[in-house]
Amino acid sequence: MSAPLLQVRNLSKSYAALKVTDDVSLDVHPGEIHAIIGPNGAGKTTLIAQLSGQLRPDSGHVHYMGQDITRLPMAARVRMGLARSFQLTTLLPGFTALENVAIAVQAREGSSFRFFRAAASERALNDQAMDALRDVGLNSRATQLAGSLSHGEKRQLELAVALATRPRLLLLDEPLAGTGHEEATLLIALFARLRSRVTMMLIEHDMDAVFRLADRVSVLVYGRIIASGTPAEMRADAAVRAAYLGEEEG
Amino acid sequence: MTAMPPRLRAALAIFALLALVPPLAHWIGQPFLIVIATRMVVFAIAALSLDLILGYGAMVSFGHAAYLGIGAYAVAVLSRAGVTDLTLHLLAAIGAAGIFALVTGAISLRTRGVYFIMITLAFGQMAYFFFVSFSALGGDDGTALAARSTVLGQDWLRSEPGLFYATLGLLVLIFAGLYRLTLSRFGRVLSGTRESALRMQAVGFRPFPYQLTAYVISGCLCAVAGVMLANQSAYVSPSYMSWHRSGELIVMLVLGGIGSLTGAIAGALATVALEEGLAKYSEHWRLGFGLILVLVALAAPGGIAGLIRRLKGAPA
Repeated sequence: MSAPLLQVRNLSKSYAALKVTDDVSLDVHPGEIHAIIGPNGAGKTTLIAQLSGQLRPDSGHVHYMGQDITRLPMAARVRMGLARSFQLTTLLPGFTALENVAIAVQAREGSSFRFFRAAASERALNDQAMDALRDVGLNSRATQLAGSLSHGEKRQLELAVALATRPRLLLLDEPLAGTGHEEATLLIALFARLRSRVTMMLIEHDMDAVFRLADRVSVLVYGRIIASGTPAEMRADAAVRAAYLGEEEG
Repeated sequence: MTAMPPRLRAALAIFALLALVPPLAHWIGQPFLIVIATRMVVFAIAALSLDLILGYGAMVSFGHAAYLGIGAYAVAVLSRAGVTDLTLHLLAAIGAAGIFALVTGAISLRTRGVYFIMITLAFGQMAYFFFVSFSALGGDDGTALAARSTVLGQDWLRSEPGLFYATLGLLVLIFAGLYRLTLSRFGRVLSGTRESALRMQAVGFRPFPYQLTAYVISGCLCAVAGVMLANQSAYVSPSYMSWHRSGELIVMLVLGGIGSLTGAIAGALATVALEEGLAKYSEHWRLGFGLILVLVALAAPGGIAGLIRRLKGAPA
């Protein structure tokens, strides 16, 4: 197997007595979709926050493309191709859908210390932003303000913005939460199409989606990874069923 | 080309009306109106500069009057040294303000929210007390200027219309520059950071260099207003940079509507007009002004610009 794209070793973080991330180690290999599942409050979002650079871990290491990025700020990680989507949509509400994506294109293409030319007239920015909107099926809403989009559309836009950073590894924090059936189907098809270009780490509650998409699944409970393996192995694992799946289905 | 945006049209209308003030004032025999109009335009420049960081960058500076003072003292210091040229006064003012903004901005931008307000206030007060204790320039009392700045060796600014049109020209130039800037790549990063700093980091921007650059540009432009203010009153004193004055600049933005540039101009004109108008009737005019502000905050958030937008039926 090829060298892992992302290597997490002994990552820990506590808030007072509460261990939100407890000695987490995992690998994400190029080309795979690695799902993290676990009950609410298991520390999934906190883990993503540490991998993306939003939060500092107390101890442990994160290596990305063989480089130690544990102390690197979020913006620098994004420029290396490590992007994320947010569970609670973090968009620019006063910007249009297209502008939300165009700013991500702008971040990686050319200097933003340009003071005179109108950014809205830059075809290169708009074209690439439009492509990303088309990928997520939101091109018809390009001129709407992000703040006025429906919840599901915001989820789609969130993803388009992340894609526009041209990630090599995409951390997806519950991308399907709050989407309707139609949008979810579209997004799942999109992830399936993307897997040849982008490695993904996926937090998701929709078990159908997880088992359909994921190559590997890690189960996080109370900040610890209690099991890791193929979807089939995870389905069969007694501890996983007890901790999570049983609870969900039964 | 699409139709001209309303805020641009409104600004051009304001400029056109202002340009008519000197002939009209002569016609109705009230030349003093030109002096008031010059003050309006000076404060419009200052309010515009503040709108860049406050309205577009969400950086609420409570020490912005320091740059008015720096610009004014640049005129006083250079005039004393025998340098009377306006261009040199402007360059010196912009240079000094740029350095002050770079240093204080780099420190202030380490803080957020109310702490940013407090630290900019503190830096503004430091500048104020520096000039209060500057006895060579009159200290607390300030100092009178021997003459207004010259342009190409000519005393064109000596006449009130001359000074007025020069100031108006600077306002138009600065408005045009800021208008372009707010639509540029840089402007997008700045207002994107206002909307969500986290989002901007998540697409790969580090907000600090952009915020600091905007802060420096804003300070430099406000110093231009200071240069013209010194010329208008032929007098320079630390009171230009008191925190009351900084508060007044914020009031102008709130009154006019923040984050549209045109609103800043409208707010500055309205504030100076109200001051002049209300002061005629009572020495307690600030009470009336306060009432008007309360009304604006309650009934017309978005200020004059927002009110006009709503009257025209567009969403505020």
